[in-house]
Amino acid sequence: MRYAETGYNLEIDLTRGNIERVETDPKETELYLGGLGTNAKILWDRVPPEIEPFSPDNLLIFGTGLLCGTQAVGCNRTIVSTISPQTQLMAFSMMGGFWAPELKYAGYDKVIVRGKSPKLVYLWINNDKIEIRDAAHLKGKGAVETQEIIRKELKEPKAQVSAIGLAGENRVFYASIEQGKSSASRGGIGAVMGDKGLKAIAVRGTKDLNVARPAEFLKLCNEVMEYIKFREANPIKGVIPILARLGSPQEMAIHDEQWHTENFMWGNSRTRRKDFWSEDIHKAWTETMEQVRTRLISCYNCPMKCGATITVPGLPTYMMKCFSKLTYPMAAFSDLDFGFKIAQRATEYGVDSYSTPQVMAFALELYEAGILTDKDFPGMPADTEGRFYWLLDRIVRREGIGDVLANGTHWAAQEIGKGADAYAHNNIKKHEQLPLKLSMLNPIYFLMYCTGEKINITQIEGQFPQAPFNTREEREEFVDGWFQVPDEKFKQYFLDWEPRGDNSNPYYPNIEATCEIVDWQEMMHYIDDALGTCTGLSSFHLKPPYHIHNFPKFVSSGAGIEMDEAVLTKAARRNRNLIRAVNIRRGMRRADEKPPEDHWKKRFPELETELLDAYYKYKGWDNQGIPTRESLSGLDLAYVADDLEQRGIIKK
Amino acid sequence: MSKVKKKIKTIRIDVDKCNGCRSCEMICSSFHANPQYSSNNPARSRIRVIRDPHKDIYVPVYAGEYTESECSGRDKYTINGKEYDECAFCRASCPSRSEFKEPDSGLPLKCDMCESDPTLEKPLCVQWCLADALIYEEREEEVEEDVKQEEIEVGLESMVDKYGLQKILDTVARMKKKD
Repeated sequence: MRYAETGYNLEIDLTRGNIERVETDPKETELYLGGLGTNAKILWDRVPPEIEPFSPDNLLIFGTGLLCGTQAVGCNRTIVSTISPQTQLMAFSMMGGFWAPELKYAGYDKVIVRGKSPKLVYLWINNDKIEIRDAAHLKGKGAVETQEIIRKELKEPKAQVSAIGLAGENRVFYASIEQGKSSASRGGIGAVMGDKGLKAIAVRGTKDLNVARPAEFLKLCNEVMEYIKFREANPIKGVIPILARLGSPQEMAIHDEQWHTENFMWGNSRTRRKDFWSEDIHKAWTETMEQVRTRLISCYNCPMKCGATITVPGLPTYMMKCFSKLTYPMAAFSDLDFGFKIAQRATEYGVDSYSTPQVMAFALELYEAGILTDKDFPGMPADTEGRFYWLLDRIVRREGIGDVLANGTHWAAQEIGKGADAYAHNNIKKHEQLPLKLSMLNPIYFLMYCTGEKINITQIEGQFPQAPFNTREEREEFVDGWFQVPDEKFKQYFLDWEPRGDNSNPYYPNIEATCEIVDWQEMMHYIDDALGTCTGLSSFHLKPPYHIHNFPKFVSSGAGIEMDEAVLTKAARRNRNLIRAVNIRRGMRRADEKPPEDHWKKRFPELETELLDAYYKYKGWDNQGIPTRESLSGLDLAYVADDLEQRGIIKK
Repeated sequence: MSKVKKKIKTIRIDVDKCNGCRSCEMICSSFHANPQYSSNNPARSRIRVIRDPHKDIYVPVYAGEYTESECSGRDKYTINGKEYDECAFCRASCPSRSEFKEPDSGLPLKCDMCESDPTLEKPLCVQWCLADALIYEEREEEVEEDVKQEEIEVGLESMVDKYGLQKILDTVARMKKKD
């Protein structure tokens, strides 16, 4: 008997209309755990680097985390992996919600989609009955309305539906997959889904999911619940509100946006408005929010309320979470009311709310600079808000300039030429980043930005405070009760870290400590992404309920795989290296691993080189960031080394 | 007429506080798994969140009695501008819907307030609802133990209608002899 996982994947070939239920190898679970790990193994095995993102041979994998659907609180993540049209590297965007547990209850761990359907279809998984159904009537329909239409026509209100909108159908490089309040948005995975002619996947499952040692497992779940209650009653002091409390940043609950609006950049990630927030704005934005927000809502089996139902008068209801609240208002130099209105249309179109506003602000900058001209924008309104709607409508239809912009700032700049490159300034690995521009280089963030393959900084950071606390007393108070650290030395690193003087950025934490801190933060994310735990209860947070000390117990009592901290650490490292190898095989090298030039004002080229040298070494990678044979073999990845050697990437 | 004290266990449901996470369904099905907690499957749960997120409808409902036939009700209720089906508040395991039936055997499910030995402090769904949409309450009620004479007569009259007075008298006489 298999525990926590079902032991079966669904293989869907859309070219031939073939459906297979395939038993998986339990040994693979032991090695790669599940979710992102086993997704990566499949991509490594079956998608060689010659395969283009829009090739029928590219796979689109909807994976569930190993613990999804069990009693473990907040384990509900769907990990979608494919080759990204934007970065040309492995994309692994994820979403919470209800889809992954439902798939487990239907009896499957993953849905692996290959081929291309000649006409638009959707997939209906109802326990053992699976159908590829015609979706001609859904063509051009919104990602949100599609979910409703499918539930109605199947007469199954309990089906969980992941769908793309017009952007995905038209292969916009930053198209998302939407599901309830959740979405898998980064890396353009919605475009791959559209390319395959797959409009949606609906799932309904009514089967049992077993755990190996129930009493032990439930005790762990109860401990997590108790700790969540404790953390809710005791927010962390000395950090901004969104980091003080668990959950995805509580953007739907809070009204005070001084920190974001005054520290993040406006427009095309250019302008800081230090005195933006005022009492009047606070009042106006609070009113806007209270008028449209009907309810705070959760993902499956999680007490946090990170999302909200949004009903703008006169517009269809949709759902929102996190920083999507501010990306449109800030990119357009507008307000919250505009944000909620345009986000409704954008959610139906199914686009990433980080990249999309930035692409539109980028286009308007090019227009102001005269690189794009009136003939590129025929009939565009004069006001910025109107222009944003105008651009959005054209991008998702790939009409005129929209067709160029639909490929994201990097590729659009290449196509436009005339110095447009300088305006695509906020990318890493060809992908738009959060609009953050800071002063002093932070060595920890430098390494995370460089080497992160998750593209999004919020999906890499978390366990260690973003900045030093002012006084020793505050730091001592913080380390008190910080049992989540893998080693006591991390407490010392933090205690000695000061805002000014010898022990401050960029030379403190020192290079060795920086490597260790980065490695720990990253490791926790890789564990979450394999197990399906939401980072909002785990790796994104300081002092989270899930940590390196209880995760092994969850895996062993839940999945029945013998596990301790060393084995789990090694598994996370294995997954980390496997994903890196997928990308290395696709050509990623050291030259790609750099934050935007203007990310920090004060840069230290020599130190940065030393940091990257040291981190590569620490990870067992060579000077180009390529995992060495020795380190791969030590992680049971000798087959990866063999392949890289045959391709001449690793020297014999 | 004597009175007795009865302990009534109830759960107060605040639909405004529910955020639709369905932890209640999950833990209910897990508690009732055999062996306990060995599996979970919300389709076996004895509590269901009747939800329609786009209409902002979230109603946790506990499984009540089994009924052979569906009711003639099924009216629509509008509360605070939101339209609810009558079924959204109904606890019955009934032929008109899939709620409160085992997904494999179709056998009806009924909430037992997590009856167990030792007794739990509160039913698990309440314990797992950190949103406080489910509040456990125990109250004592005084009820009259004796049944009113008229009530017996109402019942007996219908028996008499059906079987005739002589048959009823014979039956009572026979039952008395057995004692």
